Amino acid sequence: MESELKRFRNSPNSEELTRRSSFPDEVIERVLSLFKSHKDRSAVSLVCKDWYNAERWSRTHVFIGNCYSVSPEIVARRFPNIRSVTLKGKPRFSDFNLVPLNWGADIHAWLVVFADECPFLEELRLKRMTISDESLEFLSVSFPNFKSLSLLSCDGFSTNGLSAIATHCKNLIELDIQENGIDDRGGSWLSCFPESFTLLEVLNFANLTSDINFDVLERLVSRCKSLRVLKVNQSISLEQLPRLLVHAPQLTELGTGSFSQQLTFPQYEELESAFSSCNNIHTLSGLWDVKAIYLPALYSACTNLTFLNLSYAALQGGELAKLLRHCPRLQRLWVMDTVEDKGLEAVGLNCPLLEELRVFPLDPYDEEIAHGVTEAGFIAVSCFCPRLHYVLYFCRQMTNAAVATVVQNCPNFTHFRLCIMNPRQPDCTTGEPMDEAFGAVVKTCTKLQRLSVSGLLTDLTFEYIGKYAKNLETLSVAFAGSSDWGMQCVLEGCPKLRKLEIRDCPFGNKALLSGLEKYESMRSLWMSACNVTMNGCRLLARVMPRLNVEVMKEDGSDDSQADKVYVYRSVAGPRRDAPPSVQTL
Amino acid sequence: MENKSMSYEYDLNLKATELRLALPGSDEPDEKQSVTCVRSNKRASSEISEESKSSSSVTIAGNGDSDAPPPAKAQVVGWPPIRSYRKNCLQGNKNEGEGVGRFMKVSMDGAPYLRKIDLRVYNSYSELLNALENMFKLTIGAYSERVGYHGSDYTPTYEDKDGDWMLVGDVPWEMFISSCKRLRIMKGSEARGLGCSL
Repeated sequence: MESELKRFRNSPNSEELTRRSSFPDEVIERVLSLFKSHKDRSAVSLVCKDWYNAERWSRTHVFIGNCYSVSPEIVARRFPNIRSVTLKGKPRFSDFNLVPLNWGADIHAWLVVFADECPFLEELRLKRMTISDESLEFLSVSFPNFKSLSLLSCDGFSTNGLSAIATHCKNLIELDIQENGIDDRGGSWLSCFPESFTLLEVLNFANLTSDINFDVLERLVSRCKSLRVLKVNQSISLEQLPRLLVHAPQLTELGTGSFSQQLTFPQYEELESAFSSCNNIHTLSGLWDVKAIYLPALYSACTNLTFLNLSYAALQGGELAKLLRHCPRLQRLWVMDTVEDKGLEAVGLNCPLLEELRVFPLDPYDEEIAHGVTEAGFIAVSCFCPRLHYVLYFCRQMTNAAVATVVQNCPNFTHFRLCIMNPRQPDCTTGEPMDEAFGAVVKTCTKLQRLSVSGLLTDLTFEYIGKYAKNLETLSVAFAGSSDWGMQCVLEGCPKLRKLEIRDCPFGNKALLSGLEKYESMRSLWMSACNVTMNGCRLLARVMPRLNVEVMKEDGSDDSQADKVYVYRSVAGPRRDAPPSVQTL
Repeated sequence: MENKSMSYEYDLNLKATELRLALPGSDEPDEKQSVTCVRSNKRASSEISEESKSSSSVTIAGNGDSDAPPPAKAQVVGWPPIRSYRKNCLQGNKNEGEGVGRFMKVSMDGAPYLRKIDLRVYNSYSELLNALENMFKLTIGAYSERVGYHGSDYTPTYEDKDGDWMLVGDVPWEMFISSCKRLRIMKGSEARGLGCSL
């Protein structure tokens, strides 16, 4: 072995690398197994045939950003030893009801192939996929080593499917059910974990609404000594919470249940005492119906908190301020806009290490608008949190000057998602378009990877994006732009663009067809309620055979209009499971 | 609102030099949807400015520079971009009929914006009134069955399921939280009128 290595190092000729005899496969595989990032692995696999083979045998985790870009057969054939699969399905706008039901992204075909070719599969992480109870049952019996199931924004299943998982997966360590369209038929699934089962490390059922049997949960928590993540649902009361916490002081992530039951003083003390023995919590969420007077009970557990998710807790600004005084190490904070600018000022003052802020609207659809947050709160946070690099901000008013100030204070934004909730709303002090705001963002934040724009925007915004956003990978656009030129600027100017999603913009065929080759270097393009026609889409499909061009029509729309267009590259060819509402061109 | 003056330290303070037509005390005259217009069946509206209401959809009025075609009054599908799960969680039973949803609107005479509170978080009138006092920075005074609230200029009232405006405190707490549709903190003589009329 040593002589082999010396020869490799001393060799002046790089062709030595490609010769089979110079470097044993096992060594390459061993080295490559240390590469974790799928981008690195993809790069490695392109070096030469030997490295491609070594890489594929040593690959244990596969990330597939678009389930239709490749077929399960191709994946299983190329990576026979995979243990973990992450799959994303529907276009992101399906989260907002823009994608027809039964669109697709069903996991079942994948499971069938994997059961055959990769029966040692241990982990499945799905986002925006459809998964039925039958599929969950199939999963639970087909993979004896199955350990981790994570479902985010998925649909098609009920709690019966969870029962199957709990019953059959003897090696389960993670069950993570997040924000799904689940048919909640009751809490009996929890009782399906055998009394002898002790391996659970992650349990997240915060999404479910039904009551569960508390005694069953308490016993489960007490016997799973490795449990580190526990996120319960609203049916768990404040009185019950301490009884869980005392069994799991090792928890690192906690999602509480309801936080508003009326407690007696002894009960409050018990709650406070339980939290004080939880020294390892770095992530806290839940706090449904939060009653602010009980928040002090958790102060002692907040010292090491790095992620606080209050996005379902309607706190007022003053209440948030009091809580944040105890969270000096906070890096990520999600809140509701009930905290208003005053709450955001408190964020700035108390959380200097903040890196990520998300502000969600309590009631975005109401005619009589509650105040929420404004440009003032945004500026306040930026003034005192120089490390801020991720923001998601829902607001009802913004100014160009404020955004310019924010990015001047925080030039390191990688994710800038600003949602001014009234479409096409101009700068609220000058009445001008918000072009200069996003111009400032792309000019200043050179590391920007993800951008969501809103407000009144002309093509100028997109000229700026095309000219300056050289690291941009994901762009979301709604109710913006003046002409095809805007979209063209982006397609021609952003070399790293992978995902482009557009709705309700005046971009038509000219814009669509200006990106022909570009789409092959991207994961996907979504355009809905724009000016694209069927003919434009047909032309695109004809010229670019390696792209799937799918059109969804609305009821009663003009035959020639392409209401919703989804374009994506694929090595699997056009899909065969599209419903009648989806036409592949 | 009390926060506004402080917030403009950060801003370029265009506000101070800007000439505009607006009612005194209202901060955002250009804003298309900044509103609160308290709908009340039984009594005259208060001094809250009756600015043009706009739905949260694509309605553009006033100074809109948009070239958009005449917008629909109906809500725009999928906008703002909030995940269905979150929507259902927080809006919940709004579809079950007017009002008795999860978050209750609270308006105050003279305040340009309304707030929302979750009534289920409170267990008694005193807790609720305390919260309102903190929220709006005012004192509400003491309640008496005979004359209503006295001791301050403010009177908390609510609209019940039948559309009647009542004094907060007149009915037992449980009945209150199941019938209250929205809250309004009235100011001045109007308020006293309501108290005496019972």
